[in-house]
Amino acid sequence: MSVAAHPEKVTVRDLKFFYGSNLALKNINLPLYDHKVTAFIGPSGCGKSTLLRVLNRMYDLYPKQRAEGEVLLDGKNILDKNQDLNVLRARIGMVFQKPTPFPMSIYDNIAFGIRLYEDLPKSEMDGRVETALRGAALWEEVKDKLNASGLSLSGGQQQRLCIARSVAVKPDVILFDEPCSALDPISTAKVEELIDELKTRYTIAIVTHNMQQAARVSDYTAFMYLGELIEYDETSRIFTSPKQQQTQDYITGRFG
Amino acid sequence: MTEHTVSAFDAELKDLQRTIAEMGGIAERMLSDAVEALARQDTRLAQKIVATDQRLDALQREIEEMAIHTIARRQPMAVDLRDVIATIRIANDLERVGDLVKNMAKRIMAMENNFPPQKLLVGLNGITMLALQQFKTVIDAYTTRDAMAALSVWQRDGEIDNLYNSLFRELLTYMMEDPRNIGFCTQLLFSAKNIERIGDHATNIAETVYYLVTGENLSLDRPRGESEEMAVAASA
Repeated sequence: MSVAAHPEKVTVRDLKFFYGSNLALKNINLPLYDHKVTAFIGPSGCGKSTLLRVLNRMYDLYPKQRAEGEVLLDGKNILDKNQDLNVLRARIGMVFQKPTPFPMSIYDNIAFGIRLYEDLPKSEMDGRVETALRGAALWEEVKDKLNASGLSLSGGQQQRLCIARSVAVKPDVILFDEPCSALDPISTAKVEELIDELKTRYTIAIVTHNMQQAARVSDYTAFMYLGELIEYDETSRIFTSPKQQQTQDYITGRFG
Repeated sequence: MTEHTVSAFDAELKDLQRTIAEMGGIAERMLSDAVEALARQDTRLAQKIVATDQRLDALQREIEEMAIHTIARRQPMAVDLRDVIATIRIANDLERVGDLVKNMAKRIMAMENNFPPQKLLVGLNGITMLALQQFKTVIDAYTTRDAMAALSVWQRDGEIDNLYNSLFRELLTYMMEDPRNIGFCTQLLFSAKNIERIGDHATNIAETVYYLVTGENLSLDRPRGESEEMAVAASA
């Protein structure tokens, strides 16, 4: 691959994934470069969300799902059975399609995660909550109502609250699974602007079925189809002159 | 290539391509008419060429508008994006070619009753025929999406430059021999320069077609003929 040599935060190596006996991911090899945004695109059922959920071992919750191969985070394989999953999921955070604020105050939404790992005095916790909310470009909008319920916020604000929640536990990587599908265009733009800012501090992976969004926010794009990685390249190359016919057919709207 | 799921997109792209083909055809005819007008000393034909240029200007504006609408409405990607950008670039080159041929036609009209001797016209005819051939080849390359044909046009650009330089030397000699020759020789010189510029535009189009088909840019170092013009002018 003719991509620049950046440090790899995450390396996916020979990854296979099974839902029961069904092979859903077939030998995936790709990097997530440090402080870059990598987008995963492809038609429904191509495995992009499955891949994302391997990265923080969400599948561990379900007995019939298993992965083979390696996923290296800073060189260490997180698929190893000795991996502490709670630590992993703090280091690799996830934001879902539907905003999922906890049914508690805005303040507690943020503090909840921190309290799982750290025992902080109130003043320090206040500081951490503010930092997290600033980090999600939400502070100005909620600073005067931190005790209000997280559920009282608009959809776009709720999503940014979820981002703040991820950021609060000091992750290395943040995974986004179609984060703007449920949002209006203005909220979408705010989240995209936020992702641009977040990548200076974290490594980002985003699954999206909106190709224009992938083109806008990402540095690298991976096109998947039926569980395989068809093409991976710099986003600007993928969207101006992709190498594979299938990639081109998909991004130009000639698919199916 | 498979068709777009949304067929209106295909229709829009086809419209753009068809209009480019139309522009190419008009410009080609103008140029071959200019060759004929010069050979037959036909100032009426030259007049017709001048009038035809307007159509090219109108078509260029039409293409630009269509292309901008397509970009806004369809957000084209990959080959579609290159396609739309290519039509904008090529329309631009074709409009300039039209202007250059029109300019040449005006000079032909100015030569009425005072055409230069046949032997000088031979030189100009030669360079014009080569430019016409380059032009035809590159327009065909666009229509058939032939990157190799575009590449061959690009590689021959130096030939036109060389022909221009030798014609330049010849005309200079002629002018130095007898000041009475200066009048029509300068007309021929300007015409030859226009033809050389048409050759450059054909090369531009070749680069665009190559990029459209392959997604790669041809090297920035375009093959050039030696630059005699500067050297000769300095020593004269």
